Amino acid sequence: MTLLYSEVEEELRGAVRRLLTDRAPWTAVLKRTESDEPYDHALWRTLAAEIGTAALPVPEKLGGAGASWREAAVVAEELGRAVAPVPYLGAAMATAALLAIADDDLLRQVSAGERTAVLATPLSTGPGAAPPVSARVDGDTRVDGDTLTGAVTSVADALAADVLFVIAGDGLYAVEAAAATRTPVLSLDLTRRLADVSFEGVPARRLAGRDAVGPAWAAAWRAGAVLLASEQLGIAEWCLSTTVEYVKTRHQFGRPVGSFQALKHRLAELWVAVTQARAVARYAAGCLADGDPDLAVAASLAQAHCGPVAVRAAEECVQLHGGIAMTWEHPAHLYLKRAKSDAIALGTAERHRATLAGLVDIPS
Amino acid sequence: MDATELRERVRAFLRDHDPATMDRLEFLRARFDAGLAWISYPPALGGLGAPRSLQPVVDDEFAAAGAPDNDPMRIAIGLGMAAPTILRHGTDEQRRRWLRPLWTGEEVWCQLFSEPGAGSDLAALGTRAVRQDDGWTVDGQKVWTSLAHEARWAILIARTDPSLPKHQGITYFVCDMTDPGVEVRPLRQITGEAEFNEVFLTGVRIPDAHRLGEVGEGWRVAQTTLMNERVAIGGGAVPREGGFIGVVANTWRSRPELRSPGQLDALMRLWVSAEAGRLTAQRLGEQLATGQPGFEGSAVKYAYAKLNQEISGFELELLGEEGLRYDDYTMRRPTGVPWQERSPGYRYLRAKGNSIEGGTSEILANIIAERVLGLPPEIRVDKDVPWKDLPR
Ligand SMILES: Cc1cc2nc3c(=O)[nH]c(=O)nc-3n(C[C@H](O)[C@H](O)[C@H](O)COP(=O)(O)OP(=O)(O)OC[C@H]3O[C@@H](n4cnc5c(N)ncnc54)[C@H](O)[C@@H]3O)c2cc1C
Repeated sequence: MTLLYSEVEEELRGAVRRLLTDRAPWTAVLKRTESDEPYDHALWRTLAAEIGTAALPVPEKLGGAGASWREAAVVAEELGRAVAPVPYLGAAMATAALLAIADDDLLRQVSAGERTAVLATPLSTGPGAAPPVSARVDGDTRVDGDTLTGAVTSVADALAADVLFVIAGDGLYAVEAAAATRTPVLSLDLTRRLADVSFEGVPARRLAGRDAVGPAWAAAWRAGAVLLASEQLGIAEWCLSTTVEYVKTRHQFGRPVGSFQALKHRLAELWVAVTQARAVARYAAGCLADGDPDLAVAASLAQAHCGPVAVRAAEECVQLHGGIAMTWEHPAHLYLKRAKSDAIALGTAERHRATLAGLVDIPS
Repeated sequence: MDATELRERVRAFLRDHDPATMDRLEFLRARFDAGLAWISYPPALGGLGAPRSLQPVVDDEFAAAGAPDNDPMRIAIGLGMAAPTILRHGTDEQRRRWLRPLWTGEEVWCQLFSEPGAGSDLAALGTRAVRQDDGWTVDGQKVWTSLAHEARWAILIARTDPSLPKHQGITYFVCDMTDPGVEVRPLRQITGEAEFNEVFLTGVRIPDAHRLGEVGEGWRVAQTTLMNERVAIGGGAVPREGGFIGVVANTWRSRPELRSPGQLDALMRLWVSAEAGRLTAQRLGEQLATGQPGFEGSAVKYAYAKLNQEISGFELELLGEEGLRYDDYTMRRPTGVPWQERSPGYRYLRAKGNSIEGGTSEILANIIAERVLGLPPEIRVDKDVPWKDLPR
């Protein structure tokens, strides 16, 4: 398995970056956070359907692009670098679930970018064996024939979804998003919105039965953890390069602040951490793409390593910019908020370390 | 040249050279002459001009056949630093003379760079080389010279023109360690033994034919050595849990009585860092194999030093009472760093050198900040001053 980027991946990166530079500069992203449309639906359509990012992990015979999760991870890097307000993570997790249960019709729509499906689980759901949502949804969720009743909190990207996947007691169900009640939550991260979702006798279509829910959830969660690591890499890269550029130009004491060794060393250390994060994220993406038996380790390793690196990069970005970074009108806070939320999303680093311990036979 | 073809070549070679019956040295020499030593080197110099990424194919094939290796640890300085410098800057004659016995391990190499007054600021070195007849006479003192007690040859940098600023008046030589003017004295380390030495050079004669690169170009030539040194330290592909972390993880697994909840998370932090470092080294290896410049080498060495220090410190505390004991402070002159066989205390002490040898971590951070990130250079008061006028 290679840990380097292929030429095709670099081309894809270039295309995504050009689009984001054009359509989602940070000034626009910031403005959108306080608008009525926190998700950029038009941008998402271009990205998903025209550039074809929704189809990347889907095999050609199912209407996909015949690329792989490796390419999908490169897209996640770029979206992280731009803190782009698109439902990429939620949609990718749903795609992974669909691939696992082989629902070809929906998969075709989703990979064409015609419809956006999102898994209705709390974003903070960490590593664990059982589909975690049943625990939360189970008690007050009833399946009456083909309707569903229940509630789930802190669902990322639900506001941008056409279809929601709900894990109920005995299966995985698809629900029209418009039929559910989606209450926007004021989320710490303004560029990936959360919603509390409830269902009151909402018509539901059963996608998979009891036995298939576990594998579908596991596939979705792992794909999410792997892509999130690439997103975290992108965030960290943006924070590092932006800070480096800033300290080169900001003068105090008659010289660029970047000439002070204390800052040079902090940035050098951060560069080392980001360099490591790149290798770790690439390894995870490779394992996901290849269906490598080491995937469970790679995914938790990636989350245990890349999450803290992104947070540190964003925190250093704020500190080394000084007062300007505490202002609403500077982009640093968008990255800090995304990085910190990402560190909780799909389980904190500590939870991933505990999971890893079990996977690599380090008993408690 | 692809992997299949290489494998076939090795097998053909093994058909004619049975490692079970052949003399070890003869075998290694024949392997070199067949171009199967370091395959990325040019033909006639132990290689085939093949991609470096295919080297493991060859090494694995030889290992599987039970062939002897060249004891790479003992000749690490030769393989990792002297050889690439000779290849890049040496004449054909020099390459032919030195590379073969270097690779077979017949001739061990050491590195006469650091001096008591010139460590991080290596370019400030004061060892003098004065032109005499058809050669040079060298006087001065070097220090921290690993393996000087074993070495047949040394790569040496010395000052040939003190009237120029420090980077300009340096020339790069190959020094014969058997010259009567070379005196090697062991320096005992915090671990008890003496891996390294101080080396006194008194009227040492070096023929001009043993100069690498032009007169006054020594600093530039030395960059090749130093770049390769950073890549050599901490680089290379290792399996998961192949380093210090494997030792501690196994202690943890086999000794339940040592475990505590707080230490479990501490151990897992180290495990994650070790794996991140390992994958970074693997990625660096791929980059080098495809000929991309590897600034990642600095990241690898920087992280490796910190990690080893953290793991070995953790290991001592995990062991508690046993951590109070040491295995052997006897003064010896080893040829390697047998960290697997030695005690946790040795690992802890020896790892302290990881952030000093081959350029300190602080210097590495300066290099990363300036050359990778493009931050302003340190203020240099000495750059344009003739070396002889520098305060010392
Ligand atoms: C185990 C071991 C083996 C070695 N083997 C060899 C060998 O075989 N051949 C050889 O030639 N050398 C060898 N060395 C020497 C090694 O390269 C030097 O020790 C090293 O370069 C540091 O030099 P110094 O010891 O003089 O420390 P100094 O340069 O005096 O450094 C003292 C402290 O100041 C810091 N410092 C110095 N300059 C700066 C700066 N500009 N900015 C910030 N901090 C700074 C350093 O990081 C360090 O913390 C070996 C060293 C060790 C420990």
